[in-house]
Amino acid sequence: MNPQPGETPPEISQIFRKYGGRVLASLISAYGDFDLAEDALQDAALAALERWPKSGLPPNPAGWLTLTAKRKAIDTLRRRKNLASKLPALLDQENEATAMDETLEEAAYPDERLKLIFTVCHPAISQESQIALTLKTLGGLSNDEIARSFLIAPQTVAQRIVRAKRKLRGAGIPYRVPPIHLLSDRVEAVLLVIYLIFNQGYYASGGDTLLRKELSDEALRLGEMLVSLLILAGYDVFVPEARGLLALMLIQDSRAAARLGAEGELVTLEEQDRSRWDREKIEAGLHQLELALDSGQVGIYQLQAAISAQHARAESPAETDWERIAAYYGLLEEIHPTPIVSLNRAVAVGMAYGPEKGLALVENLAQDDQLSGYVPFHAARADFNRRLGRSQAAAAAYREARALAGSKAERKYFERRLGELS
Amino acid sequence: MQYMLLIYVDEDLEAGRSEEEFNKLFQEYSAFDEEAKAKKAVLSAAALQPASMATTVKVRDGKTVITDGPFAEAKEQMGGYYMMECENLDEAIEWASKIPDSKYGTIEIRPKLVFE
Repeated sequence: MNPQPGETPPEISQIFRKYGGRVLASLISAYGDFDLAEDALQDAALAALERWPKSGLPPNPAGWLTLTAKRKAIDTLRRRKNLASKLPALLDQENEATAMDETLEEAAYPDERLKLIFTVCHPAISQESQIALTLKTLGGLSNDEIARSFLIAPQTVAQRIVRAKRKLRGAGIPYRVPPIHLLSDRVEAVLLVIYLIFNQGYYASGGDTLLRKELSDEALRLGEMLVSLLILAGYDVFVPEARGLLALMLIQDSRAAARLGAEGELVTLEEQDRSRWDREKIEAGLHQLELALDSGQVGIYQLQAAISAQHARAESPAETDWERIAAYYGLLEEIHPTPIVSLNRAVAVGMAYGPEKGLALVENLAQDDQLSGYVPFHAARADFNRRLGRSQAAAAAYREARALAGSKAERKYFERRLGELS
Repeated sequence: MQYMLLIYVDEDLEAGRSEEEFNKLFQEYSAFDEEAKAKKAVLSAAALQPASMATTVKVRDGKTVITDGPFAEAKEQMGGYYMMECENLDEAIEWASKIPDSKYGTIEIRPKLVFE
């Protein structure tokens, strides 16, 4: 919801940001039409901008926006040609809209955002469109903002959104929280979309840094929202993983200030100034993780958060509990076996039990196609060989890593390591 | 013998048609329908929504894999079809994942085009 960028008073734009997704979700629920709902919300936002500065904020701004938007939507529907066919349903809507009492009770506006996020993250929608639609509908980002934070053309974003909305309608994708037997897969899809948004904000290089921070903040907001909506809806089984994701994002985000050097180069976890880690975020993350682990239902986000938490708890790299991290990676490898998880486990085992054990596991992975082009694989191989005094094997692996390195800073790092060998 | 007559089209060409051209084609189809139905030759027929409305379903290792878009593997050939009445796409996907060949091949779900 961006009525007039730059002209919206901050306290009002904050309200739009906070409630926009919620209002939109209930409008789509009422009319089953994404475009109609978006237009109506936009109109309501303009009306709010007109009225609120003069009359002050209403007691329930979300309710005010919903009610106003519903009236706008009904106006639009009334103007449409095929009014006759929709008349009965429309009259019900109108009665509902006028019957809502002006005190705007909270209970009159059930939170429909869970329906919205499950619908826009439907697996029959491409993942890039799931991301764009989530940011647009629940995060209130404009096409332009989405385009800039993903370094793609605004037309591409617009196209993805139009196509996805067309498919939602045309292919009969239901606007609902999926039935329980489908829920497990669908929650997974929603968690992944939120994590991908976070990663784009946190890890992507280039582009507008401020905008990217906004993106990781948005992912945190979505993560919090999902946890509270799942609790509210009574889907307790899915809460631990949602909390796990939230914990993982919070702990990673706590390092945002320390992970980039003066020149914008990446600073490894080992070399980061830990006094610059955001303690509040770490505490919040550890709290979420604790609540999640209490349930005893392990999952990939909880395990990754648990690993991240071990680093967060260590006052210095030397105090890291690598044995525990290696054990967590072992569990992760069992439930989510990928070459990268295996590599990370190999590195953790090497740190916990010595380079020989680590190198043996790394060498086991040497035949993997996915890892042969993966810089950290060669870096790990090089490091373990170096620590075992096998300079030749180490040099070969550092050269391999240098050749594959994506950034100048990375190349420089491997250059330095190579120099130190001879 | 019964035969299935599959219609392949260039969607770009379709999208570029003027209203006049579209109406002409529509009339041709009406005439064809009439002729074929008069001879009781048609068992069932449908126009489909464009390929961008397609969803592809396969089951691998017991997990249903759902993808946006039409089926695009050159190696596999059309082997059969079911026309089903479903509440929504989720129900269609569930049926698709129960078709035995979803374990080995691929099921493409295409919503039927309804002329208003």
